Amino acid sequence: MIALSDYLILSAIVFCIGLAGIFINRTNIIMLLMCVELILAAVNTNFIAFSYYGNDVAGQIFVFFILTVAAAEVAIGLAILTLMYRNRGSIDVDVTNSLKG
Amino acid sequence: MEFTSVLFYVFGFCFVASAALMVSSRNTMKAAMLLILSFFSAASIWLLLEAEFLAVTLILVYVGAVMVLFLFVIKMLDVDQSTLRAKFTKYLPLGIVVAAIVIAQMALVLSAGQFGLDVVAEPARHAADYSNITELANVLYTAYVYPFELAAVLLLIAIIAAITLVHRKGSRSKKQDVSEQVNVQAKDRMRIVSIPSGKRKESK
Repeated sequence: MIALSDYLILSAIVFCIGLAGIFINRTNIIMLLMCVELILAAVNTNFIAFSYYGNDVAGQIFVFFILTVAAAEVAIGLAILTLMYRNRGSIDVDVTNSLKG
Repeated sequence: MEFTSVLFYVFGFCFVASAALMVSSRNTMKAAMLLILSFFSAASIWLLLEAEFLAVTLILVYVGAVMVLFLFVIKMLDVDQSTLRAKFTKYLPLGIVVAAIVIAQMALVLSAGQFGLDVVAEPARHAADYSNITELANVLYTAYVYPFELAAVLLLIAIIAAITLVHRKGSRSKKQDVSEQVNVQAKDRMRIVSIPSGKRKESK
């Protein structure tokens, strides 16, 4: 028997790994985007676990919309990344400091 | 120990391990592959939770489309790994501290015993003829039809935004200009140049 808390702990661990990944790979934008994807997967697991144990399908509908928004976010994020690489020749976050006062 | 419990721990271990390896990987290509593995593990866990449609969607949309997009960009940009590698350990302590704080907070919430089996009992498994897709569609096309349409519009906006962002004007497109073709004169196309013939070299 697997309790709801087991699923919550699992997704909490993955969430924290993704969060730590954002700090560790702060300079590489591709890695930042992938860490955000990991965090979203963890959060979606939470939603689905609550949906299953609460016997309510609305949680799965919400995950459906999260997947849609995340796909749109990745498409635009990678487009911006390509543009940035074309203009600067690097995707290092530290290079993008033209707005720095 | 039940078989589903074994499955849960196996898939959960794969999920956590691939996520940790992905985060600590310095090679972006390897990280993308490990992220695909963690998506597969997450989909398996969702299958245990009887969310079959979303599990299949995660693999089709994320592994099939989004991660392929990531791999395209990684290969296309040819990121210089050496400069990124140098800064890798710089933020490692900060990341570990933040992760530890969040883990501690979540452990405090989860260890309060609100989500154990004695509070939230495991629901009965559905019968074999239960269709998750039918269940989802019944709600999605009635109560959530307006957000559903909005999601479609959002995807359209994302397509247009992505295309306009990376589109290059002029230099690459080879379209024809009809009026210029019709109004062309012979002297635009051909230029007659008179070149004086040179003296032939006599061979002995």
